[in-house]
Amino acid sequence: MGNFGPAAREALKDGQLRSNFRRAMDGLMSKRAALFADQDEWTRLRALGESIKARALAQLPELLEKLEANCRKNGIQVHWAETTAQANDIILGLLQKRGAKTLVKGKSMVSEEMHLNAFLEGHGIEALETDLGEYVIQLDHEAPSHIIMPAIHKNKQQIARLFSEKIKEAQYTEDVDALTGMARQVLRRKFREADAGLSGVNFAVAETGTLCLVENEGNGRLCTTVPPLHIAVMGLEKVVERLEDVPPLISLLTRSATGQPITTYVNMITSPRRPGEKDGPEEVHLVILDNGRSRSYSDEQLRRTLQCIRCGACMNHCPVYTRVGGHAYNAPYPGPIGKILMPQIEGMEAKGELAHASSLCNACVEVCPVKIPIAELLVRLRTEGAHARADAPVLQPGAERSTAEALAWKMWSRMATSPTAWKMAGTMAGTFDPLMPEAFGPLADWKKGGRTRPRFAKKSLHRLLRDKGVPDA
Amino acid sequence: MPDARDSILSRLRAAPRGPAPGSDFSVMEDRFFPPEERLARLRKMMEAVSAEFFETTKADWPRFLHGLLVQQGIGSILYGPGSEAGQRLAEEWPEGGARAVAYDRPMDSFKEEMFNGVEAGLTSTLGGIAETGSLILWPSADEPRALSLVPPVHVALLDPDKLHNTFWQAMRALGWSQTQMPANALLVSGPSKTTDIEQTLAYGVHGPKRLIVLITR
Amino acid sequence: MSGSMATTKPSTVYFFGTCIIDLVYPQAGLSAVNLLEREGIRVVFPQGQSCCGQPAYNCGYPDEARAVARHQVELFHQPWPVVVPSGSCAGMMAKHYPSLFKGDPFLPRVENFSSRVIELTQFLVNVLDLKLEDKGEPVKVTWHSSCHSMREMGVGDEPKELLRRLSNVELQELKRERECCGFGGTFSVRHPEISAAMAEDKVADIRATGAKTVLSGDCGCLMNIGTRMEADAKEARGEVIDGKHIAEFLWERTNG
Repeated sequence: MGNFGPAAREALKDGQLRSNFRRAMDGLMSKRAALFADQDEWTRLRALGESIKARALAQLPELLEKLEANCRKNGIQVHWAETTAQANDIILGLLQKRGAKTLVKGKSMVSEEMHLNAFLEGHGIEALETDLGEYVIQLDHEAPSHIIMPAIHKNKQQIARLFSEKIKEAQYTEDVDALTGMARQVLRRKFREADAGLSGVNFAVAETGTLCLVENEGNGRLCTTVPPLHIAVMGLEKVVERLEDVPPLISLLTRSATGQPITTYVNMITSPRRPGEKDGPEEVHLVILDNGRSRSYSDEQLRRTLQCIRCGACMNHCPVYTRVGGHAYNAPYPGPIGKILMPQIEGMEAKGELAHASSLCNACVEVCPVKIPIAELLVRLRTEGAHARADAPVLQPGAERSTAEALAWKMWSRMATSPTAWKMAGTMAGTFDPLMPEAFGPLADWKKGGRTRPRFAKKSLHRLLRDKGVPDA
Repeated sequence: MPDARDSILSRLRAAPRGPAPGSDFSVMEDRFFPPEERLARLRKMMEAVSAEFFETTKADWPRFLHGLLVQQGIGSILYGPGSEAGQRLAEEWPEGGARAVAYDRPMDSFKEEMFNGVEAGLTSTLGGIAETGSLILWPSADEPRALSLVPPVHVALLDPDKLHNTFWQAMRALGWSQTQMPANALLVSGPSKTTDIEQTLAYGVHGPKRLIVLITR
Repeated sequence: MSGSMATTKPSTVYFFGTCIIDLVYPQAGLSAVNLLEREGIRVVFPQGQSCCGQPAYNCGYPDEARAVARHQVELFHQPWPVVVPSGSCAGMMAKHYPSLFKGDPFLPRVENFSSRVIELTQFLVNVLDLKLEDKGEPVKVTWHSSCHSMREMGVGDEPKELLRRLSNVELQELKRERECCGFGGTFSVRHPEISAAMAEDKVADIRATGAKTVLSGDCGCLMNIGTRMEADAKEARGEVIDGKHIAEFLWERTNG
């Protein structure tokens, strides 16, 4: 079973964490809003983005085959993995074949999903995160708390302390330029010496066999340019049909994610080093991972989860995420996208509870650049979690079911379809309210939120309007 | 054991599917900046992320660049001797001052010097993008990828007559989907940057700390 | 605004009271009916009505929700608008009922019903263009938008427009008006601590406005915010700022 509840309660007690997140999310929300000030443009661009992803999904198997064929033609070798274990084995095999001992990594959420770093370390290969935020949390043996800004939960004092403890000869400083400089110094040597580089993929173009990556730091370019071996890993939903599909998606992605018109680098990789070229990797490999995605694909509603372009706007705007932070979800993808994706990837038993960690306020739905109906999908997953059925497109359907809750809804439904019972309940609640204990059943939970118990009115609206003579039909 | 590829593809093929929706690209087509405003827009966007601009001419830029490097105390610049810009630089580079270093060997035999021995790298560009303030780079055998990546300063030449409204329009105007894409095509929109520490902007985290754009009229 | 809703004043409307108003805030419902009747509209309140079904639906019990939804649809069968004093319940009935009955032969009737559902403030402004004569003392209020009224029913400026029509009422807007108060129906009891953290911030935002009353179009939010304030007051962490449904406020101010 999961542990979101207790983890969230712990996080709520941490005032520093809450203020770190609040400040960060406020900044990201206002930067994004400034870049989508033109409502008409936003509406049209978003419709275009949605259509591009929907079009790609409608032809997914054909586009994946086309991507594979074009990559092969370009000299990129393509591998398929049904599970994270298979993907890890493929990568290990590629590294061992070249005798690689060190791997520099650009940011890849799929590699987090695979727990690749721990796996490789178990096989004696150093996997070093090079995105500054990822580097920070790797130094502190932590997981990312945000898909775009992995170290967003830390303030600069915490990072300053960490660097002074973990980096040789580093002096304590809170100067951000100086801290950035320290990381640069350590990592440049690593880029130069690494035997292999790993990256994710933002968009893979079937038409040309091109892998597109966006980033600001240049570590992604270094990982995909300097070492002799480059391995790119992607979820199978990353494929798009045409090259011209990429610019609108990049525009939606960077503006939604960090409120930037574009990232510093858009890196489009179509082949390994060609004859006569002086740099670039000698080998490029693409690992395409399923890990439950084809199961979601089998259901037309759940399939829409696969439209995601991983911008993180949903978490930036999520009132729950802002309060509890990313680690409470105990998942590579936190926030609203994690609440719909994790139960589908890992199953209802392990992650079904995440679908309940939402007030269904729809703030995420409003900002999603590809119009994923996140709230609808949360409700759908809650339904799958509460009902076991043989052909469900999720793992362990019904794992969240409680007999007491199921019975309560059955009784509620009977009462709410029986006018007599409903009115009687209203009368009883009003009459006996003063005698009711302060906390029982759901009211006890209600009070855990530091709230007083709601008071039932002496006379229900039914009664007041009947007394007033308001017609019934 | 069935092959992963076949299992995945057959599961995907078994799913119910409707027709693929069309896409309305008019929002991309409509984006327009009058030609005379494009350079100003590109500069504004790039200067907002600390790119530096200098105006020179097509005839003079090597000499201008030399002077600029000397003035800024940049001691060396790496260039691709096989490229048109590289040939110009080699031929017209004044004696003394900043050293011009030819990128004429594979990186593998050259990493130490490239990472620690040169201070700047020179590239040409295919043009620029007004909307986002971006430079289009197509590295090649003659103008390798690392020139715009490894040295701490990236100097890029920009022809002000080659400015496009948007990335999408540039891609179509240049016919990218009909040509063989280079091993690595790039948009560069500023120096390397990060906001990973408390959302505070810092430059030069891994890639170049400075991006100098020479507008060649 | 609900799609096919007529913008001409109807002679008769249905009133769907919502379960929270029915049991906890009946004055809000009564005031809404009073406002409508004062405009010369015949208001019909089917006594067999209960709940929109949203609690079960949101918890993953669509069968139970469907039975309750069907009950309401059958009850509200005349071609009259269904006025709902809650953006959340209106959203359930207008936006989610049709998907709940997807593939069901009953769907056409559901769609007819859903197209007639309209949120109260939208009805008062867009259909009735309600004129208001303010008889109250000068007062400063603030407005809490419910998430579902904004994001499902598309309620925008209507409630504020109504407040502007009250000459002695000054509206001080919240800093984070669009942020959820933390109610979320059963979310408030499933994750009470998170819900409370959200309510706590909302209460602070409300206090910072210096308003005497916080108004909303959704009693679920008001219940969450109000009981949180009461608890604060008990522990001397701050005063209670009166929370009120906008219908009740409008009626009080104009029925002098």
